[in-house]
Amino acid sequence: MHDTDTLATPTGDLDLDVAGLTRVEGEGSLRLRVRDGVVEEAHLEIFEAPRYFERLVVGRAPDEVIDIVARICGICPVAYQMTAVHAFEAALGVEIDPRTRALRRLLYCGEWIESHALHVYLLHLPDFLGYHSAIELAADHRDEVAAGLALKKAGNEIVGLVGGRAIHPVSVRVGGFSRVFRRSEIAALREPLEHALAIAEATVHLVAGLEPPAFSREARLVALRHPSEYPMNEGRIVSTDGLDIAATAWPTEFRERQVAWSHALQSRGHDERPYLLGPSSRITLAGDRLHPLAATALARTGLADEIRTNPYRSIVARAVELVDAVAEALDIVDRYEPPTDPATAWRAGPGLAAWATEAPRGLIFHSYDLDERGLVEHARIVPPTSQNQAAIEADLAAFAPRVLDRPRAEATHRIEQLIRSYDPCISCATHFLELEVEDVR
Amino acid sequence: MVSPVPLLPGDDRARYVSRSGGHRRPRIGVVKFASCDGCQLTLLDLEDELLAIAERVDLVEFAEATSRRSSGPFDVLFVEGSISTPDQAAEILRLRAVTRRLVTIGACATAGGIQAIRNWFDHDEVRASVYPEPEFVESLATVRPVADFVAVDAELRGCPISPAQLREFLVALVTGRRPQLPDEAVCLECKRRGVVCVAVARGVPCLGPVTRTGCGALCPAYGRGCYGCFGPRESANTASLATWFGDDRSAGDVARLFAGFTAWSGPFRAVVDSHGGPPGVRPAEIPAAPDRAGGDRSEAPDA
Repeated sequence: MHDTDTLATPTGDLDLDVAGLTRVEGEGSLRLRVRDGVVEEAHLEIFEAPRYFERLVVGRAPDEVIDIVARICGICPVAYQMTAVHAFEAALGVEIDPRTRALRRLLYCGEWIESHALHVYLLHLPDFLGYHSAIELAADHRDEVAAGLALKKAGNEIVGLVGGRAIHPVSVRVGGFSRVFRRSEIAALREPLEHALAIAEATVHLVAGLEPPAFSREARLVALRHPSEYPMNEGRIVSTDGLDIAATAWPTEFRERQVAWSHALQSRGHDERPYLLGPSSRITLAGDRLHPLAATALARTGLADEIRTNPYRSIVARAVELVDAVAEALDIVDRYEPPTDPATAWRAGPGLAAWATEAPRGLIFHSYDLDERGLVEHARIVPPTSQNQAAIEADLAAFAPRVLDRPRAEATHRIEQLIRSYDPCISCATHFLELEVEDVR
Repeated sequence: MVSPVPLLPGDDRARYVSRSGGHRRPRIGVVKFASCDGCQLTLLDLEDELLAIAERVDLVEFAEATSRRSSGPFDVLFVEGSISTPDQAAEILRLRAVTRRLVTIGACATAGGIQAIRNWFDHDEVRASVYPEPEFVESLATVRPVADFVAVDAELRGCPISPAQLREFLVALVTGRRPQLPDEAVCLECKRRGVVCVAVARGVPCLGPVTRTGCGALCPAYGRGCYGCFGPRESANTASLATWFGDDRSAGDVARLFAGFTAWSGPFRAVVDSHGGPPGVRPAEIPAAPDRAGGDRSEAPDA
């Protein structure tokens, strides 16, 4: 096969075989089965080695669980810690100081900034500009990549201060934090964040000008929605087809199932329909809750509709959320008052702890049964990428026919780019992406 | 675990100098096994140095960061993650054969990581507890560090690794000197930083006396006890510390303290074994003998 050959045979069958998908977190593969030009099968195969976290946390106390679940993902540990800590506090009736809640949100903003900047600049932007990596991109566009790294660094500085370190923070405890932060410490974040805000706004402008492949579909989008905030730490689960339920009701509306081609359990609605989480879903369902600066940035792009219908536009949604997270972090820094105590006192006990938050990649749901001693008896952890699997497969099936007549290299690139546009975190979901298309002639 | 060795002694340095006198950039790879991606992300988190580093080395394999791939050879290969499936066990042997200096990064690669807790559990029960159809899931009965399978030339500890130690390691690599990676207790770091001892002052259990530093005594500085994520320091007297903890806690709660991100490392594992196994162990799984090392080795393929 040569790069100039088209993806499909003249009869419309597919015989593409491409080695590992890159610039995603973790390892996976894609299997496309096409016969007579019709996509019969589009499987996202996730074979990252299972680590059995739901079993590892059995017998552990809530604060231990907060440390352990962070290790599900090195890119978004805060999402796991936030979801778990809020779940435990709700179950045990622990009221947290509003000043502590603001700090939690600041920490989460830091992770969004770090994760989104990583994806936009290091993983996704090279696709649009025709490079293999951000390092190669930097050879021609050093200022842009350096700005993206500075933006990412501002996020890491927040997590590094409030969490103690950028990856696997140590400070989050049931009831609050392990220590109180002085006003001067938090104020030191102002300068890097001001710089980051300018970069984030320029990022929206940059990515809105990128040319995405033509593709439009109406997917079922799901996100949290909060009465007054852009969804992050809490909210109700809403969808583009009218769903509106408490976050704790996740198991009544969605179900997980195991499929033979994946180490991640797939989620679907009880009506079997796939659904999509993440920045595009949040912008669509909670765009009216964006920080005014982010709302302005979004309006200037004029792309709100395309963000809903074209997955390749997710990079714009991510950039708008960068503005939102940086602007909100700045507001929190400016209003910061240290809480009196690092954490509210609490008592261990039984209960059902359940909560959902918005990780950078979308809604994440945890539930833990606590026994009489307050130790975990049973755990359920539903990360965003495993929920997105079925929707990604549906989009791949819809998109693949458009590139069957394209040169092989271009078609493969477009398909890989599509997968990357969901920012799949396969370490979270379990594991690995490798593009493999079966010849079914 | 292995002791750090000189990464690039004189003869290695010569390899990067071509006949015409120009320097060849070392071919670097970054790969992962069972892990969270956090240690390799630490490389991308060196935001101020990343582009300069990329100019001095040839990053030929790093799937998370570049679409260009290489299956080797590598001058230096950074390996993240523990070995937990039959495919991974085969792949690490292949990688070792095409690598001059193999460097394990992080608690998973150097000590097995948090997922090694399942080594105390019944494998079938663990699989069935997460997956409705466990027969689809390929995994080895035990999760083990890379050094159980192949020779390791150097290691960076931590969950995750320290950005400062990674930076030091990379600078040493490109300048051809031995990296400075201290092997001393977290306690010493606390004293240097002037952090009040959480164990003495507040009675908080802390693994600082037996854990290697590298984190800058992060947890005590943040008001909590060290949970040992950099693993045991040399000659760590974990049995003594466990006795000290045991004065006012049950055996299960002593095991809990050591059953963390480096639980499978020898000195920590010994305490977990002698205190009834980690939290979550079912009664039938409690180890009969305190020393499990012999049985584990026999499962490793010939390296």
